[in-house]
Amino acid sequence: MKKTLIIIKREYLSRVKKRSFIVMTILGPILMASLMIVPFFISKWGEDTKNIDVVDETGIYVDHLTSNKSVQFNYLPTNIKTAKDNLIKSGSYCLLYIPKPTLTDSNSALLYYSNKQPGISVTSYVHEKMKYVLENKMLHDKYGLDKKDIESVKTTIDLKMENVQTGENSSPELTMMIGLFAGILIYISIFMFGSQVMRGVIEEKTSRIIEVIVSSVKPFQLLMGKITGIALVGLTQFMLWIVLTLGIVTVFQASVFTATKKNVSTEQKGINVQQHTLMTNTIDKSTPKDEDTEMMNSVMHSVGSYNYVMIILMFLFFFLFGYLLYGALFAAIGSAVDNEADTQQFMLPITIPLILAFVLSQTIINNPQGPLAFWFSIIPLTSPIVMMIRLPFGVPTYELILSMGLLVLGFLGATWFAAKIYRTGILMYGKKVSYKELWKWLKY
Amino acid sequence: MDILVTHNITKRFANHVALNGVSISVPQQSIYGLLGPNGAGKTTLIRIINMITGPDEGEVLLNGEKLRQNHIEQIGYLPEERGLYKKMKVGEQALYLAQLKGLSRADAMKKLKYWFEKFEIAGWWNRKVEELSKGMQQKIQFIVTVLHEPKLLIFDEPFSGFDPINANIIKDEIIRLKENGATIIFSTHNMSSVEELCDDIALINKSNKILEGKVKEIKDTYKDNVYQVELTGYNHELKHQLNGDFIIEQEAHADDILTANIKIRNGKSTNEMIQALMQFGNVHAIREIIPTMNDIFIAKVNNDTLKYNSATNLTE
Repeated sequence: MKKTLIIIKREYLSRVKKRSFIVMTILGPILMASLMIVPFFISKWGEDTKNIDVVDETGIYVDHLTSNKSVQFNYLPTNIKTAKDNLIKSGSYCLLYIPKPTLTDSNSALLYYSNKQPGISVTSYVHEKMKYVLENKMLHDKYGLDKKDIESVKTTIDLKMENVQTGENSSPELTMMIGLFAGILIYISIFMFGSQVMRGVIEEKTSRIIEVIVSSVKPFQLLMGKITGIALVGLTQFMLWIVLTLGIVTVFQASVFTATKKNVSTEQKGINVQQHTLMTNTIDKSTPKDEDTEMMNSVMHSVGSYNYVMIILMFLFFFLFGYLLYGALFAAIGSAVDNEADTQQFMLPITIPLILAFVLSQTIINNPQGPLAFWFSIIPLTSPIVMMIRLPFGVPTYELILSMGLLVLGFLGATWFAAKIYRTGILMYGKKVSYKELWKWLKY
Repeated sequence: MDILVTHNITKRFANHVALNGVSISVPQQSIYGLLGPNGAGKTTLIRIINMITGPDEGEVLLNGEKLRQNHIEQIGYLPEERGLYKKMKVGEQALYLAQLKGLSRADAMKKLKYWFEKFEIAGWWNRKVEELSKGMQQKIQFIVTVLHEPKLLIFDEPFSGFDPINANIIKDEIIRLKENGATIIFSTHNMSSVEELCDDIALINKSNKILEGKVKEIKDTYKDNVYQVELTGYNHELKHQLNGDFIIEQEAHADDILTANIKIRNGKSTNEMIQALMQFGNVHAIREIIPTMNDIFIAKVNNDTLKYNSATNLTE
């Protein structure tokens, strides 16, 4: 046991001291915090207004194309030739030319540009507006109706959710996001740390230090020491990520809050606050116009409506045991080959369940309580990912316990299996190993 | 007293038998050569002694006790396939491996200091292993093997990768370790180092032990009563007139000197041979031809009669 601790210490320290670990640990929270913060800023930053000159020979569109903040239509009374010549001088973004309809070509238009090709946002905006004007005209001509009449009868249904037991209400989008995020994070980290185990085993084999070590400790001690050491590296990384991310977001939230309190600007910011996540009762009523604060608070509040401690604890559990299960299998692969290039043939059976769980995530989100979701969240090879996706939607306690218990059993089974392959494989050199060979090793 | 005894060790792999009832006894404080051609099963036997693998049948006794996991700290093993973590610093790595052998950090530190100074490599402590040459790495591996002062040391090809000067340093260290009470099992293909170092040997071929004993005794059993004599002023009638008790097996003439390998038969003594030879010339020199370990190795492995190597072979 003492020797296993020495091994764990080496495996842990040699990785934590690496430059790549430190870089990842710092970059991770910055990325995650910016995922929360950047959309907030983007909504504040207006784009430059793009001037579009319009030459309309049909007369249908003149003064009917609506401009917005980023696109401004200017109607030119000139003919197309002069307009084209003036395009470069005027500094307009582009020139929309709508020719008189011909017999073969009724509704077409042409967008001239000088140096920069118009972006997709502009072309689709122009397209949409032209369509609107034309449809509006046709509705009016044929039925005497207006587009606005159609709009007025359109209704939206706001479907809220509330748990009758806890009285918590939640937004399906956020639930989905949390589950998917946790599931993907587990998927990535199992691959990341699992392949670290594999590379560690291959390193020991190719550097030929393995025989020196197994003459001091049992192969199983080395295997467990390595897997545990790397697990601790992973947990350290996640802990730092969680703490640093929360730190950055809290600091940001505090600074936005104080800044907006001082700033009495009533400028309309055009922020699209998602109404169903807005819980106005918690918002500081003294600054009703402060949509920044409002939005931040609403996001924070709905984030807070999940049992976050539970989700983080479950995440750590499913990451840990999912990783331990796969880590053991990755170690077995590493021991069976001489170099990383040979790992391909054995990787497939291990990656299939992981990828399957990942691919099915969409289906599972659509029906988080269905049989597919149930079975995949119970089977140990897929449960770490699928259970994390299901978890924010609420999972019955007995299913959760069953899944956790089976995962622990799966881990023990995988370790038993891996240890058998490992202790034979590490001392085997220069032999291309087949599945048949591995089967024999299991029976030694 | 034998420090290590193996009883009828048998080890089978999927499609072949690696060891077939091998029993060896290693006397205390000796250097014991474990010889055999490639693939004979030496490494498997060494791995069983180190508890890296277990035997299918038979048992290993260390100091009369059945081998247990905590015996491992009394054994030091330098494998043939050896290496170090390339990215790790020399000192850190030596400390790690020493701790795995059960030394405390402080103890390991003290002992490493002694060895690093002895081998004049103290300056390497903070260098990465990948910066060192192969010979330098071998030195560190040797230190790590002997650091915890094991009673039983197993060296598999210890001299590979060393230049002659460093090989001599290691050789002297091995002899010194034995004088200080350690027992050494020494596996090699280098027969001259066997002659130089080993007190006892075992020869393993095709999974079976085919020879074991003291080096001197083995050589004595394999000598063939053949003497190499040099005569000057000899009579050419020698060959025909020598009686049947003395057979000239090979002869060579150079600068008026006759060198001949003569086999003594019918229980005659060397003195009688000299008396017989004196009639034909001046006996200049005489020495017994003793087979080298190399000759014995080749003869036993090929299941052939003993042929002397080129040093004593006169026809080549």
